[in-house]
Amino acid sequence: MSIKPELLAAAGSVADAAAYLEAGADALLVGEDRFGMRLPGSLTLDEIAQVVQLAHGQGSKVYVSLNNLMTNDLLPELPAYVKALGDIGVDAVEFNDPSVLTTIKDLAPQVKLHWNAEMTATNYSTANYWGSKGASRVILARELNMDEVTDMKPQLQLEAQVQVHGMTNIYHSKRRLVNSYMQQQGRPVNDGSLGKERGLFLIEAERQDEKYPIYEDINGTHIMSSEDICILEDLHLLMAAGVDSFKVETLLKPRHYNEVVIRTYRKAIDLYAADASAYAFQEEWMDGIRAIQDPERELSFGFFYKEQVY
Amino acid sequence: MEAMAQPKYKGKRYRLDKPELLAPAGNLEKLKFAVHYGADAVYIGGQKYGLRSNADNFSFEEMKEGVEFAKKYGAKVFVATNIYAHNEDIEGIESYLRSLEEAGIAAIIAADPAIIEVAKRAAPKLEVHLSTQQSTLNWQAVKFWKDEGLPRVVLGREASLEEIAAIKEHVDIEIEAFIHGAMCSSFSGRCVLSNHFTDRDSNRGGCCQSCRWKYDLFEDGREEQGHWVSEEQQLMEQPAPAPSPFKPGVTQIPLFQPEDNQFTMGSKDLCMLEHIPDLIEVGIDSFKIEGRMKSIHYVATVVNVYRQAIDSYMADPEHYVLKPEWIEEINKAANRPLNTGFFYDTPDHEDHIYEPEEKAVPYDFAGLVMEYDERSGTAIIQQRNHFKPGDEIEFFGPEGTFFKQTVGSIQDENGSELDAARHPLQLIRMKLEQPVRHFDMMRKRKG
Repeated sequence: MSIKPELLAAAGSVADAAAYLEAGADALLVGEDRFGMRLPGSLTLDEIAQVVQLAHGQGSKVYVSLNNLMTNDLLPELPAYVKALGDIGVDAVEFNDPSVLTTIKDLAPQVKLHWNAEMTATNYSTANYWGSKGASRVILARELNMDEVTDMKPQLQLEAQVQVHGMTNIYHSKRRLVNSYMQQQGRPVNDGSLGKERGLFLIEAERQDEKYPIYEDINGTHIMSSEDICILEDLHLLMAAGVDSFKVETLLKPRHYNEVVIRTYRKAIDLYAADASAYAFQEEWMDGIRAIQDPERELSFGFFYKEQVY
Repeated sequence: MEAMAQPKYKGKRYRLDKPELLAPAGNLEKLKFAVHYGADAVYIGGQKYGLRSNADNFSFEEMKEGVEFAKKYGAKVFVATNIYAHNEDIEGIESYLRSLEEAGIAAIIAADPAIIEVAKRAAPKLEVHLSTQQSTLNWQAVKFWKDEGLPRVVLGREASLEEIAAIKEHVDIEIEAFIHGAMCSSFSGRCVLSNHFTDRDSNRGGCCQSCRWKYDLFEDGREEQGHWVSEEQQLMEQPAPAPSPFKPGVTQIPLFQPEDNQFTMGSKDLCMLEHIPDLIEVGIDSFKIEGRMKSIHYVATVVNVYRQAIDSYMADPEHYVLKPEWIEEINKAANRPLNTGFFYDTPDHEDHIYEPEEKAVPYDFAGLVMEYDERSGTAIIQQRNHFKPGDEIEFFGPEGTFFKQTVGSIQDENGSELDAARHPLQLIRMKLEQPVRHFDMMRKRKG
């Protein structure tokens, strides 16, 4: 008997949080841009407290993203922030940097630790290493394939979280690359207009149909995938393997879209949990998502069925 | 100039009085040149677990030979095992690391705890240096790795001198920093462009340098079609929706003019030669040169210059001067424009390469000195590229050997006159205007 997997979505505002809980999310990821990374919106501690109240009120959880690449100047701010999160009662934080791990263990030991190193969380041994340091969950790299994920699961001594839907980050630089480019063109922009809301994207000469979103924020430049992962059709494989948490990435998507996606995955998870043997994927689930999918972004299996070489 | 000002930061090196000069060695021959030209340590790749799967990497036998050679100079050999492993990679790690230990390798450079933990347990004589792939940028993280038993951390390339100074102040540990060569423009390890464009895994050595490709930058011109709209914007638009600034039917708005260069993430190469006093005084323990794929000529030239600059500063810091000929030398090996990375500030438009790249190095490695006969002033030179009588050439070697001359008459081994040295590795006899030594190199301007 496996435990019913969790459905997790990132929320960029208190209103997002309410909507995604309503749509069926079991857990929300929120945070502030200084400490977190690539969040759909930056929340203050007050707002995080509101989200916690909302979520806990209906038995859902709240995780806070602290998985930025930390620099010295952030370290003095970390203890107060971590203590505040502990007081607010958040359930877990996502970390990558060891400084966050040690600060949580020292100052808010009741808060669980989820190890999220994005593209570099690629094997069970390293996940278990962070488990031995106190992590209770690993967020697996989106570049792993289905076999790697399902084979890994029995060897993991901590929970596994897998992204099932949405875009992924494919490049992160501390440089302000769009800003630099515009300076180079002689048309500098310094009005903060190169962020998520601008709808900027890159096209590479030989891949005219692929649009790679790009934006800048206080953490540098982020380039995102041209396709959206959607593993709904094979979600049962991940459920059968016992993956503990499924993440819907809500970044750069309208709220309505995310609500539909969350509802759809909610339905699939509930059906599987009710009777795994009777479970079958239904094509019309996809129709609902396809109807609101950006026609210029393909829904794909991501790397789930790809062979990568090196 | 900045470099000549008093260094601002003072830090202590952990184990060494003098910073280590650490050079790349793509194969055994390059290792020998790097060491002969003054590297205190070299880093190489083995057959597995490195990030240059296309390089002609070392076998264990070659490693042993390299270690023996380096030992004669008091130099060390490190092996890069800096991939982020996948499940299938785990099984072979232990025996691989044991073989490295057996071959006399001094340290591995690793990013993944899956490798670090095995090294600590199964190959305790191997030091573990934390790779730049971990993008370590703060002192608490550095302290964490020290507490884990690692004697050295290679910082992320985003660390500034100021940040390095603070790290040095808080933690007694060896700090290694890249000081010269090509750079990822992303945080190391945080780029999977290759995976997405070509199905090649960048974090296991498959990087195809997509960051150096050219891109067009657009903005989405559709009205609320799938793209992110902030709440403020939504609120503003509700009472009286602003007329769309975009022509109907236009879905993407180019953010470039026809005459503009394309967008790129490609960075200029790092060169800290003009700032040696800052690097030494901040207390960086190991100065790392990038370039396991680079040529012998590149490795020898770059190592030679940094060796001289470091030694010159250490011998007499007060009277140190940056010699213009060092900069000239470095430029002879540079295949991209150079900059100072993140050491002083965050790179901007002047630090990226928007123009089409002129990849070519202006000089060819034309010949290697094998022997020199002082009485006759004649050298035996192994041909490494075409040269002929009348060509302007330069000789350079360790410890500042440098002169220019014109190629006079040349003979093959049997003494027959040649009109040109055409055959790779052919031994050529020629008269030189100044003495040279084995391992000195002859270069020729291209074109």
